[in-house]
Amino acid sequence: MKLVGAERLTTPGLPRAVLGILIGALIGLVPVGLAAAAGLAISPAHLLLFGYLGGLLGWLTGIGAFRFWIAWALGRPIDPAEEHAAHGRAGDRSRYFRFTTDHKVIGLQYLTTFLGLLFVAGTFALLMRLELAAPGQQLLDRDAYNTIMSTHGTLMIFVALNAIVGGLGNYLVPLMIGARDMAFPKLNALSYWLVPPALLVVLLNPLFGGYDTGWTAYPPLSERANLGQQAFVSGFITLGVSSILSAVNFLVTVAGLRAPGMRISRLPIFVWSLVVTTSIVLLATSVVAAGLTMLLFDRLLGTSFFAPAGGGDPILYQHLFWFYSHPAVYIMAVPAFGAILEVAPVFARKPLFAYPLAVASFIAIGILSFMVWAHHMFVSGMADFLHIPIMVTTELISVPTGIVFLSALGTIWLGRIRFASPMLWVFGFLWCFLIGGVTGVYLADVPTNIYLTDSYFVVAHFHYTIVGGMIFGLFAGIYHWFPKFTGRIFDDGWAKAHFWLFFLGFNATFLPMFAAGIEGMRRRVADYPPELGPLNLWISASAFAIAVSMVVFAVGVVRALRSGPVAAANPWRALTLEWQVSSPPPVENFERPPIVTSGPYDYGAPLPGRSGRVPEPVGARR
Amino acid sequence: MSALESLGGGHGSGQHGSSGLDPTAWAAERWRLLLGVRLFILSEVTLFGALFAAYFILRIEAPSWPPLSTLHRPELGLVAANTLILLSSSGTIAWAVGRARADDRRGLVRGLATTLGLGAIFLVIQAWEFIHNGFGLADGVFGSTFYTLTGFHGAHVFGGLVAIGIVLNRARLGLVGREHDTPVEAVSYYWHFVDAVWLTLFLTLYVL
Repeated sequence: MKLVGAERLTTPGLPRAVLGILIGALIGLVPVGLAAAAGLAISPAHLLLFGYLGGLLGWLTGIGAFRFWIAWALGRPIDPAEEHAAHGRAGDRSRYFRFTTDHKVIGLQYLTTFLGLLFVAGTFALLMRLELAAPGQQLLDRDAYNTIMSTHGTLMIFVALNAIVGGLGNYLVPLMIGARDMAFPKLNALSYWLVPPALLVVLLNPLFGGYDTGWTAYPPLSERANLGQQAFVSGFITLGVSSILSAVNFLVTVAGLRAPGMRISRLPIFVWSLVVTTSIVLLATSVVAAGLTMLLFDRLLGTSFFAPAGGGDPILYQHLFWFYSHPAVYIMAVPAFGAILEVAPVFARKPLFAYPLAVASFIAIGILSFMVWAHHMFVSGMADFLHIPIMVTTELISVPTGIVFLSALGTIWLGRIRFASPMLWVFGFLWCFLIGGVTGVYLADVPTNIYLTDSYFVVAHFHYTIVGGMIFGLFAGIYHWFPKFTGRIFDDGWAKAHFWLFFLGFNATFLPMFAAGIEGMRRRVADYPPELGPLNLWISASAFAIAVSMVVFAVGVVRALRSGPVAAANPWRALTLEWQVSSPPPVENFERPPIVTSGPYDYGAPLPGRSGRVPEPVGARR
Repeated sequence: MSALESLGGGHGSGQHGSSGLDPTAWAAERWRLLLGVRLFILSEVTLFGALFAAYFILRIEAPSWPPLSTLHRPELGLVAANTLILLSSSGTIAWAVGRARADDRRGLVRGLATTLGLGAIFLVIQAWEFIHNGFGLADGVFGSTFYTLTGFHGAHVFGGLVAIGIVLNRARLGLVGREHDTPVEAVSYYWHFVDAVWLTLFLTLYVL
């Protein structure tokens, strides 16, 4: 079916969605216009708020997100054929650009969107490093630097929160538990299609004057910052809504759609990691949404939540913000732990070490993550009595995290290791996350924290935990499941070049930052003492090695998609369910419900139901 | 096409081994949808938890409540009556759920319509109260917390009314009954939650 001109704009799809943004934004501006005509004072903030809300609804309507629900609400019959079409046909590429309900399509939509965003936000980081290559002002003035720094941080947080959960999680969880799809496929598609407008409004913030508060948006600065701040709040809240909907979906899917025999003691560890993660999302996200809404009200409606003049309290914002945003660190890290622990047994050919303890640790991390938020606030002037308890809980959380670490090490220990590309990222993770964890002790301890607060030590620490944890886990997962996602084999040479360039570049960039921080280099500032010039030049140069590695990755992906060898169903000889179907899996995943008879990590026993030779694994090196 | 599957956006052809008529699969699908609603409500609980936390922190930090002697908390009479109206709507929706189970379409429609009416009256009275309170959003933390908390709740009441209206429409068309009562059950959970939040708001903002 070929659509031309007007027809394209009336059938649900991307062109109509873009048109929907324009029409929706215009409709959204009508009440503002009416208010202006009635003589009320109108500011650009009102235009942005109503224009964004209208545009968001227009976009969702245009993509066709509400078709089913509107028909249902009106009591109209819903055509089963149309229902099925929303799932898409195998091999039809257009379904990646439509409101498609297949969890595998949605997973890849999330993954490509947030990988694309990783490149954009990485470019912002390069701009920062260009400015910081030498003391004094290079190419950015202070305001431009602040906006670029804030946007880099915000977008990278979005990547860290969504790439594994939305990307790998959506694709893999139904397959791993033997389900045909998520529990609520349309809700799942809605969760994804809320993402692009949220990212767009944050990306467009320079048009509204940018914002200079970083991703944390502390008042009182955020109450006075340019309109770009409001763009940030709008995007953040939209993504929060999307995350909550998808968290509900994941939890119900795992609770209610497991295949026969998939007892919770047999759940793959990655599924467990998502259960814990989405529980955190469900319980924490609304809190930051409430805090950001209060900030928005302070800016727009003259409320005084965080304005001391009206009796408000800026530190209240920090509590609300970190009550979500520290657990959010585990929303980023726990799924990465899950991916790492999923990959390690496959390439060590050993059962996952201490599986029950690893699961218990995930749960413990999930609970403890709600009790540590104020360690971001030791110098904020918050209540004194909070210092010691929060220090203790923060250090306590290293116990379950350490057990997860030991689970990975114990799996690898004395294993028959294949140094294939996914496994390299596991080793990279172990090194980087160890550094991130150990340096965290200095930030959890109140005395050293006071000295190191807001220095580059903090910058180095959280890059070692979030990049070293989450991004290394993400790439371990991407290389591991690439054959499953695409049906192609990723060239081993390109994959390894990517890993080594990234690993060396990352360490060369961020290890020296610990030293720079101890020497007194302040984070979020466009300049630094001149004696730190040589160190910063080295850091900036190393940062470009990371950029080169990402180009290698991009080229590798394109090469694999174009001309990579066709992947078998189970090239790594793994035991989890997603490998027991073709690569990529058929639209309905499993022809018949699989019946699970054993755990996912029973390596060492011959593959059940197979006889004769098993093909040599790809990338094997013994 | 089942009503239930569409509400949750459920899998059109059903999950494994299920046809649209298989009672076990049907019960499982119903269980999943209601679990989803419960989890969503749980996240809403944390939303109001954050708002209440902000309220109590600001109130404890204030020298007195209201902080300025020129501001006065609203009179209890009208809002107490309004509270009774909203609480009684919890009763009417519970009755509607029972009618759906008994396959009594007329009773179901009446129960939902009454709930809808009571909820709408609640919103109108609250709007009237907002206009006559004598303080606004910009009157320091007192006005900020009062209107933000009641406003968030009012928005949830409005959302609940839309959902009840949709189910009412389907009930009127005969699409809700004993075997299709999940949507009524789902909106009733949400409505009870909204009522519980109001009771807490009434006790903290007006009485305490």
